[in-house]
Amino acid sequence: MNQPVLDLKKLNKAYGALKVTKNVSLTVASGEIHAVIGPNGAGKTTLIGQISGALRSDSGRVFFAGRDVTGLSVAKRAQRGLGRSFQITAILPDFSVLENVALGVQAKAGHSFRFLRPAAKDPRLNAKALECLDAVGLRARSKVRAGDLSHGEKRVLELAIALAGNPKLLLLDEPMAGAGPEETARLVSVLAALKDRIPILLVEHDMDAVFKLADRISVLVYGEVIASGGAEEIRQNPAVREAYLGTEDNA
Amino acid sequence: MPTTDFLKNRAVPVVLFVALALIPVYAQVFDDRFVMLFATRILILAIAALSLGFILGLGAMVSFGHAAYLGLGAYAVGILAYHDIWEAWISFPAAILVCAVFAAVTGAISLKTRGVYFIMITLAFGQMAYYTATSLSAYGGDDGLTMWGRSEFFGTSVFSNDTSFYWLVFGTLLAAFLFLKMVAASRFGRVLKGAKQNEARLQAIGIDPFAYRLTAFVIAGVIAGLAGALMANQAEFVAPAYMSWHRSGELIVMVVLGGMGYLHGAIIGAVAYLVLEEVLSGYTQHWRLIFGPLLILVVLYARGGILGAIKGRAP
Repeated sequence: MNQPVLDLKKLNKAYGALKVTKNVSLTVASGEIHAVIGPNGAGKTTLIGQISGALRSDSGRVFFAGRDVTGLSVAKRAQRGLGRSFQITAILPDFSVLENVALGVQAKAGHSFRFLRPAAKDPRLNAKALECLDAVGLRARSKVRAGDLSHGEKRVLELAIALAGNPKLLLLDEPMAGAGPEETARLVSVLAALKDRIPILLVEHDMDAVFKLADRISVLVYGEVIASGGAEEIRQNPAVREAYLGTEDNA
Repeated sequence: MPTTDFLKNRAVPVVLFVALALIPVYAQVFDDRFVMLFATRILILAIAALSLGFILGLGAMVSFGHAAYLGLGAYAVGILAYHDIWEAWISFPAAILVCAVFAAVTGAISLKTRGVYFIMITLAFGQMAYYTATSLSAYGGDDGLTMWGRSEFFGTSVFSNDTSFYWLVFGTLLAAFLFLKMVAASRFGRVLKGAKQNEARLQAIGIDPFAYRLTAFVIAGVIAGLAGALMANQAEFVAPAYMSWHRSGELIVMVVLGGMGYLHGAIIGAVAYLVLEEVLSGYTQHWRLIFGPLLILVVLYARGGILGAIKGRAP
């Protein structure tokens, strides 16, 4: 079990002369939450794109679940168990909450070239979907149109959709962004309960949440990992304090 | 509440199809041959509109070249008839095959694009088909091709008798409607509807929508091709005009007019469009002057089209 679930090796990405990701190497082991923090413009979103497959890296490799996935598309990486949430909530607003998650189950249940039976009444999809909604405490809202959920509920729904695919890793892009204090507390407890089962790479602005949840923290500044370690270690690190924690970003 | 459920999902299409089924009875009782011929034409175009409504409503694929399939289906029947092959069990599968291939090839290219670009590229492929037809001098070119008869079905005259032909068209429309309704509710349909709402989300759960969109595009092309094959039989004539971009535009208008949220919206739209055209053109040859503003009013004030107005809200 010592092999990390996610292993980034010297990733680079530049837009013209602007180097957005510089030699980033980091790992996520099973059972842990590895948080990536950094001020605005540090290249967090770009890094997420490189991990998820939305952006092509200039050099370096991404190993996921023991396989080199550097050349694979977003969908292929997802099929291999990379679940994710987006910085800007990405749900299917016209579907019910249940249908959003059921589609996640469906995506994992082989191809969808099935034309005959109505998907909405498929117990194989719905049972598993309800399980995932249970896991995040959203079951009571399963029949609501997803677009009508509160912002915090949408964030939780995204998590349930990701869980539906039996992910080997969750890649969460600022899951607390825009959530109120109560919703944040709920997300924190949901994530803490999940991490034993599913390792998480957490990109997050909310420092309280990060220090509460993360086993390891890597600090990204101008595309470079300037420090990596446990919460206390990061708090004490002078370079980090200067680049990040000492500024107004410490909200 | 099962009654409201019924009203919402079943009542309108049931009433619609019952009404259409009564047309031959009406024609018989009042000895009104014109009504049935006109209704046959409406239903044929309704099949094409329905197929477009399927990809437009479920997948947001605004194909501006959908009339090409009407033409391809019609030419398949017409050209085979020209070579003295009248059997429908040869010509109809031929129409299906031609349309499937054309849809697969043009769809694979068009579906790499989105939005306005998709509209433009499907229009371009539609026009390619149109100009190809005009240059087929062996089969009448610009002037089109007269068929001197209708398809046969194992020697029977299903196609030649007006009433039985109506039932054939009606049956095709009903079958296509039920088939597409089933597909829309299936896992496949769910992927299409999901991809329309948020493609990045679909990618993130491991579904690349391209192959699903392409399959839907081919299904729509084939059904429109069947409509074309029927149209050739009704008119006993095939012409490039079947695939002109005007016709493609009309099909889009029918779908929007009827309401995009439901499959039967396209059928209602086809009926409304063609009946309005018939009625208004009876008053004045400048009927488009009235029809145009009417359409604008529908788009502005009945967002869900006629169906949206019936149900009191946009779907």
